[in-house]
Amino acid sequence: MSYTDSPLLEISGLSKSYGKHDVLKNLNLTLPPGIHALLGPNGAGKTTLINVLSTLIPHDSGEIRVLGLDTRRDKKRIQGLISLTGQYAAVDGQLSGMENMLMMGRLFGLSRRDAVRRSQALLERFDLTAAMNKRVSTYSGGMRRKLDIAASLIADPLLIFLDEPTTGLDTRSRQALWDEIQALAAHGTSIFLTTQYLEEADVLADRIMVLHDGRIVAEGTASQLKERIGGSTIQVHDQAGRVIKEISTSGEATDVAHHISAIAQHQPEVAVTVRRPTLDEVFLELTGAPASQESDTEGAQT
Amino acid sequence: MAILLPLMLMLVFVFILGGAMDVSDAANASETRNAYLSYVLPAIALTTAGFGASYTAVVVSNDMTTGFMNRLRTMPFPSITVLLGHTVSSMARNLLATAVVVASAFALGFRTDSSALELVAAVGLIALWILVITVVFATLGMVAGSAESASGYGFILLFLPYVSSGFAPVESMPGWLQGFAQHQPMTPIIDASRALLNGDPVGSSWWIGTIWCAGFFAIAIWLIAVIFPRRVAR
Ligand SMILES: Nc1ncnc2c1ncn2[C@@H]1O[C@H](COP(=O)(O)OP(=O)(O)O)[C@@H](O)[C@H]1O
Ligand SMILES: [Mg+2]
Repeated sequence: MSYTDSPLLEISGLSKSYGKHDVLKNLNLTLPPGIHALLGPNGAGKTTLINVLSTLIPHDSGEIRVLGLDTRRDKKRIQGLISLTGQYAAVDGQLSGMENMLMMGRLFGLSRRDAVRRSQALLERFDLTAAMNKRVSTYSGGMRRKLDIAASLIADPLLIFLDEPTTGLDTRSRQALWDEIQALAAHGTSIFLTTQYLEEADVLADRIMVLHDGRIVAEGTASQLKERIGGSTIQVHDQAGRVIKEISTSGEATDVAHHISAIAQHQPEVAVTVRRPTLDEVFLELTGAPASQESDTEGAQT
Repeated sequence: MAILLPLMLMLVFVFILGGAMDVSDAANASETRNAYLSYVLPAIALTTAGFGASYTAVVVSNDMTTGFMNRLRTMPFPSITVLLGHTVSSMARNLLATAVVVASAFALGFRTDSSALELVAAVGLIALWILVITVVFATLGMVAGSAESASGYGFILLFLPYVSSGFAPVESMPGWLQGFAQHQPMTPIIDASRALLNGDPVGSSWWIGTIWCAGFFAIAIWLIAVIFPRRVAR
């Protein structure tokens, strides 16, 4: 059986609780190969879901197939095809970047020669060659993340799980990591990542799933999600560019034209723009809570 | 550190305290010192090795609380092999420290008339203690919330040998301490290795010490078997 013929992930009736706390509630999902983003606020259950999918922790009920293999029956075979990069780095600060890579390679049973060759190639791909003999404790957050992901690729997995890969990184490192993730996907590696940042999901993912309170409340491409709310907003600006009025419309040409000609008659001096909803507004609509704004504030420190 | 600590302890105990510690009926200060050297030798070996082995708690806790163990758990081999690796490296490190202790004791004038077999048995007993302490500290590292708190546990091991027959005879301690000092696990192990290192009769201390070791070892392994599979970092 070829793994690539099966869906990447098939989840049916997945539930998981910690004691009385139901963290994942009857999830159903089928995903093709590609980049998928699980978007949700803190505490939504993202880490729990990624840990269950990557065979780290068992689920309570339901069925999960990863690359066509059942997580309960074929755990070892799945483990040979995937890798997990958790929220906290899995690299050893006392070792150099190269030593970390080699340790992973040896753990995976590569020969010393293969481990060296593969490590060099990955370190180069992630732009870490210059620092590969330095201790990891001297690395920046972005470099550590890259090394962590590079180490997870040592056995050439078909699917990698990334739990909040850019949380805590500055804007530049985040952008660099996005480029790496997109390059990985171009190589044919499928990626399942979690994020609190709408922008990240929008930029990276083929498909976005919005997880809220243990349920997937929406799923689709970024533009499909934006369409779900439907409509557009007409904004009326004064000469200084300030928004003085907002009018909701269905977005259809006749409706928009009707509103704008009314404005033109009464206030010919103002400017108007028509705006589609942002993913932020979609998120607010779906979850009743604003998305994390951390990406904007935190990124300011460069 | 692994080499420096035994050397420092050795010098402090032999040259600073050694002349004043009258554990035999020696005629002069130099003989008193030599007698004390053969008296404290096993305690210094066990203290440094025990302290070195306690470092296992730090490395294990580090693996458990960072994403490292989580990644290993999603790889197609038993992640417990990593604990085994830490145990082997602790044994290697601390046997080296023991060798340094014994070598420096000889350099300072230690002489013995025990047989090669007795010396091997003494080292074997010390190695057993290192193994047990390593496994106990691996267990502590597994349940510790962070590497920092795990490193705190190593401290206990620095004090335990002082409240044993290791540095001063138990009979010289105040009555309320004697009970603990006489019956804590390090005392029979130290007594047995001292007797073996000096070619004296060993008596019952060797098997009492071995039973202590076996007991600690069994409990620690059982705890690891129960806790390790469930302990996933959040
Ligand atoms: N090991 C655990 N034991 C008990 N509760 C947990 C455990 N892990 C997560 N939770 C709870 O499950 C919920 C979801 O957590 P998590 O999956 O980490 O969310 P996210 O990654 O989206 O922030 C939270 O309320 C959290 O407190
Ligand atoms: Mg999380």
